[in-house]
Amino acid sequence: MSSQHEHAGSDAWQAFCALQQQARIEKHRVWILGGVVFLALFLTSAYLSHFSPGRIAEGLPKVHEYIGKILPELGVATFRQDMAYWFYAFPDWMVLLGETLLMAYVATLLGTFGAIVLGFVAARNVGPSRGSTILARRLLEVARTVPDLVYALIFVFAFGLGPLAGILAIAIHSMGASGKLFSEAIENIDLKPLDGLKAAGANWVQGMRFAVFPLVAPSLVSYSLWRFEINVRTATVMGIVGAGGIGQELITAIRMLYYSDISALILLIVISVSLTDMLCERIRHGFIGKENLS
Amino acid sequence: MTLAFRGDLSVAQVERDYPEIFAVSWRRRLIHGLSWGISLAMLLYGLVIFDFSPMRLWDGLGQLGMLVRFMVPPATEPALVWEFLKAIFETLAMAFIGTFFAALLAVPFAFLSARNVFRFRLGRFGIRRSMDFLRGVDQLVWALIFVRAVGLGPLAGVLAIIISDIGTLAKLFSESVEGCDRKPGEGVAASGGSTLQCTRFGILPQALPMFISSTLYMFESNVRSATILGIVGAGGIGYQLSERIRGHHWEEVATILILILVTVYLIDWVSGKIRGRLIEGE
Repeated sequence: MSSQHEHAGSDAWQAFCALQQQARIEKHRVWILGGVVFLALFLTSAYLSHFSPGRIAEGLPKVHEYIGKILPELGVATFRQDMAYWFYAFPDWMVLLGETLLMAYVATLLGTFGAIVLGFVAARNVGPSRGSTILARRLLEVARTVPDLVYALIFVFAFGLGPLAGILAIAIHSMGASGKLFSEAIENIDLKPLDGLKAAGANWVQGMRFAVFPLVAPSLVSYSLWRFEINVRTATVMGIVGAGGIGQELITAIRMLYYSDISALILLIVISVSLTDMLCERIRHGFIGKENLS
Repeated sequence: MTLAFRGDLSVAQVERDYPEIFAVSWRRRLIHGLSWGISLAMLLYGLVIFDFSPMRLWDGLGQLGMLVRFMVPPATEPALVWEFLKAIFETLAMAFIGTFFAALLAVPFAFLSARNVFRFRLGRFGIRRSMDFLRGVDQLVWALIFVRAVGLGPLAGVLAIIISDIGTLAKLFSESVEGCDRKPGEGVAASGGSTLQCTRFGILPQALPMFISSTLYMFESNVRSATILGIVGAGGIGYQLSERIRGHHWEEVATILILILVTVYLIDWVSGKIRGRLIEGE
């Protein structure tokens, strides 16, 4: 405090105060401007998406009522019969769940294969030529920007109804998403091993296989496992557009108002999704080693 | 086993004299072989039962080529493009409102599922599992349910985005909270702050920039996923898209796809800029 009093009269102090004041005003201006822009966006969006307190108040009781309808009636005394009634189609559903998981598995492998090939070409530091790098990057961009369900809608026309269309759709989308991550992983590697191989006369493919691939393999495995988890979720909804898996059964139940089937199917889907997530985490820990995780 | 010191040691010699040092253990080999074998067998089984026959793939590719030829040139009538643009704006609005409310609602759940804030283990477990449940059901399934409950239109889509994103954001947020330095909180506690005050003044200021950054990521992701919610009638461009595909109006499909691509690029670019600013500003 004493130093402030000493300097209070000096020109330097006044100049400092003025600057501070100006900075404060500047900061407030940015906040106010940001707030106004945000509010405008918010109100426009609320209007466009029919989001109003009145409609929410009207909608929420209906949601509650619907959830009440789809939940099964389970009595303590009749628990076993009730469960059997709730899961009456259990064997059929398990087969469909298996199909869904297998779809995700095949799609992830195909997608990862494409992503590895294109990832090497799309990496700016090791790509074979500038033109092919740009081409591969655009290809990956388009592959991941179009949602997988849109591919599925189109592929159902081209390849017919069923899991084939779904698998191809998921594979293309995950090729785009993983390809980008792979190429980024490759762009961050140390290039010295590659220089060594080149000096020993290796061609491009050999250089990629023996110098670059070993360096990115761990992150590749970890991305692919993570992708598999996402793809399992996606595979559960492919059936909605007729592209195979358990989604077909779910949308039939929803459309035909088989209320208790809806909750049974959702429960099965959630359980299998959680189990895959847990399994993938286990495998990932095994690959990376626990000590590198913390 | 010990190696006697030999001045003339070379790798090749040692390998010849002591092959057991260089041999890969049979257990490792077995595990390797088995995991590769099972993975490949599963792939082959899948390819066979899903009928990945070359014939079928070839026919499909031919069909696909035909569709692409129908898509060129894309439709450009101004009235049509304006209709699509309006649907795109609706999609963006859904993503914006959905992400905003999801982020707001996720904050309390995030704190309650963070180990360093909420000490009650059983409660934490319950909240985490509920969040897993919200996340485990795909957004599209939530949309189907909300369309049944509140009717066709963007409101169902917004609710679907909010519900499934609460699960995702609560997880991301709670990870940021758990990564916070606990010393500022201890400082607040030492000067007599309650648990709530410790969280508010010790942890929230550290976690907020990460919250905002995750929310922006989620917004980008929601713009993509909101484009398909319309397929089940939950508003946005997806409705137009699926109608056009079902009606075989391929040149209009091409226009919609181009509009989606451009919008997604723009949003990613803007959101990346804002994120960069935020991180730089901190």
